[in-house]
Amino acid sequence: MALGSREEVRFGERLTRAGQFLRSLSTSGPGIFWVSLFLLAPLLAVAVIAFLTRGPYGDFGGPFTLQNYRRLAGFGVLGFEPLYPLIIARSLVLAAGTTAACVIAAFPLAFFIAALSPRFKNVALTLVIVPFWTNLLIRTYAWQILFGAEGPLARLAAALRLIPDGSALYPGTFAVTVGMLCAYVPFLVLPLYTAVEKLDWSIAEAAMDLGADGPRVFRHAILPQVMPGLVAGIILVFIPATGQFVIPDLLGGAKTALLGNAIQQQFGPSRDWPFGSALAFVGMAVVMGGLWLYARVAGERGQELL
Amino acid sequence: MAAAATPTGEGSGPSGHPAVEVQGLTRRFGEQVALDDVSLAVRQGEFFSLLGPSGCGKTTLLRILAGLDLPDQGSVRIEGVDANRLAAHRRPVNTVFQSYALFPHMTVRDNVAFGLRMKKVSPTETAERVDRMMDLVQIRSFADRKPAQLSGGQKQRVALARALVNEPRVLLLDEPLGALDLKLRKELQVELSSLQRRLQITFVYVTHDQEEALVMSDRIAVMRAGRIEQVDESHRLYERPRTRFVGQFLGSCNLLDAAVRERRGESVTVDTAVGPLRLEPGALGTLDRRCFSLAIRPEKVLVLSPSEATGENRATAKVSQIIYIGSETHYILEAGSARLTAYALNAGAGAPTYSVGDSCVAALPSSSLVVLED
Repeated sequence: MALGSREEVRFGERLTRAGQFLRSLSTSGPGIFWVSLFLLAPLLAVAVIAFLTRGPYGDFGGPFTLQNYRRLAGFGVLGFEPLYPLIIARSLVLAAGTTAACVIAAFPLAFFIAALSPRFKNVALTLVIVPFWTNLLIRTYAWQILFGAEGPLARLAAALRLIPDGSALYPGTFAVTVGMLCAYVPFLVLPLYTAVEKLDWSIAEAAMDLGADGPRVFRHAILPQVMPGLVAGIILVFIPATGQFVIPDLLGGAKTALLGNAIQQQFGPSRDWPFGSALAFVGMAVVMGGLWLYARVAGERGQELL
Repeated sequence: MAAAATPTGEGSGPSGHPAVEVQGLTRRFGEQVALDDVSLAVRQGEFFSLLGPSGCGKTTLLRILAGLDLPDQGSVRIEGVDANRLAAHRRPVNTVFQSYALFPHMTVRDNVAFGLRMKKVSPTETAERVDRMMDLVQIRSFADRKPAQLSGGQKQRVALARALVNEPRVLLLDEPLGALDLKLRKELQVELSSLQRRLQITFVYVTHDQEEALVMSDRIAVMRAGRIEQVDESHRLYERPRTRFVGQFLGSCNLLDAAVRERRGESVTVDTAVGPLRLEPGALGTLDRRCFSLAIRPEKVLVLSPSEATGENRATAKVSQIIYIGSETHYILEAGSARLTAYALNAGAGAPTYSVGDSCVAALPSSSLVVLED
């Protein structure tokens, strides 16, 4: 009885330390096993492969090298060329733009849904989720048709003299933005809606009573309350949006490389697993770093502003 | 209540207008009528209470004064200025909310400073006024805490400071003590009314607690089902209720059906279930009915021994129940076909004078009999 001779009362039961450990393992064990096998182990493999060398036939092995990361930073055989940093930056800009568009669209939508009567609320929430019932690829092809020169939206835009007669709305930034927005906005609407639903309106009334006009009521009394939902939504949109390349390819004309297709290129056609691994790792690090920075800035501003 | 302490004599303030004046206010929520043609004037510098059971429309009225709700009909004037089209953030009033509604993400200091910041008062003046107000309501010692770290009583003080620091013309309070325990509530009642006297700010106070209203108010409006039943100084409201509802809502009340037996000039004698009773001269006022209700407060009913039976307005009775509550003894008496409650102060030493089954005499002094309008 060396281990766990001390007893503690937990949830009305007297258990030794060892007993507690075994009991918690019985509930969390499967989860730990699952995450280790399917997340940590592959991640570890990728981390190791990123330091290996590509063989002549797309295989990989020793010796350990930093060459993959050097190449990624732009130091290739032909001298300095920041191709990959640009790809990463482009992906981040795309993700940030998508997130911004989603925030702008999700705010009115979340408030609108929260204001509906319970019956219509459920209908509206279902409608927000309905697009997920269709494959992303099919949805994106559908946008191509809608944005095509013969499509109704392009005709409308032409009639309004926004674009020349007979031209299409895609490929282009507009089409990419719309495609990305529609693909990701549910991820922001749902957490934001949950926060709006829980809003304590008496705090907004107090702000009004103390002399705050509409915009200031929003900033001082409403925004701080929905912040947790907003932050969750932003993370849910931003992370997958950095890796997205199907939508920009199909609606943007496949002219530019993004992080997603760069990685896919390395693991697929180029058969350069070590370099692909390095790319994947740097992409992940950049996203994590960005989120950390965001959390710090938002946290600080929250402290002083809110 | 000391006459000097009640500013009722002043009537209105320097501007010559009532602090708040509402006329013909009506507010419906769907089928339900929350306010039904309410008219009211609150004098400058007075502590005015809106008293009524839940759902009587008192909070709706307060919200309309604050500008947080709009009336379907009727007008609101604050200091003589038409406030109907004035948005909440432009009205010279501030509110203490029932739930306090403190900003959860701000410290106590920032909560108190919020109103002044919105009005773009200079930072130095803001800091000065916030500190002074925090001292006044004794919250300075936890100025840097967040609302979640405060007790109910502390939150209440912060809510009060946050409103008062703006020096509103009228302070609106929506059951601010409702969530506190009894002892704290009694302490804060006294504190709140002394604060009001010191600051000379008009308070409009919503409560469903009749004792709270009596303790603090200069005048009280009793509300029922969207209407105002009676507005009066608190002691007059208690002594001279006009309706059954007011009599029973504010304290307890013995009610007797009365029919005029004899009318000789000013002097009126009525028949009741406890026997004939003589009323005070002029008690009927303009009332022109033969049958009406009489009210008498239990503490005004005197329980006498049968030997003291001579005199006016006496009824023989039998003690049917005794409730001893320490400072007082409550007797339930059977007098004729009526049942009377009498409160006797236990001023002397020893056990209650009477026991169950004893015969006694109930005296109902004519000066304590109140003729009700309904």
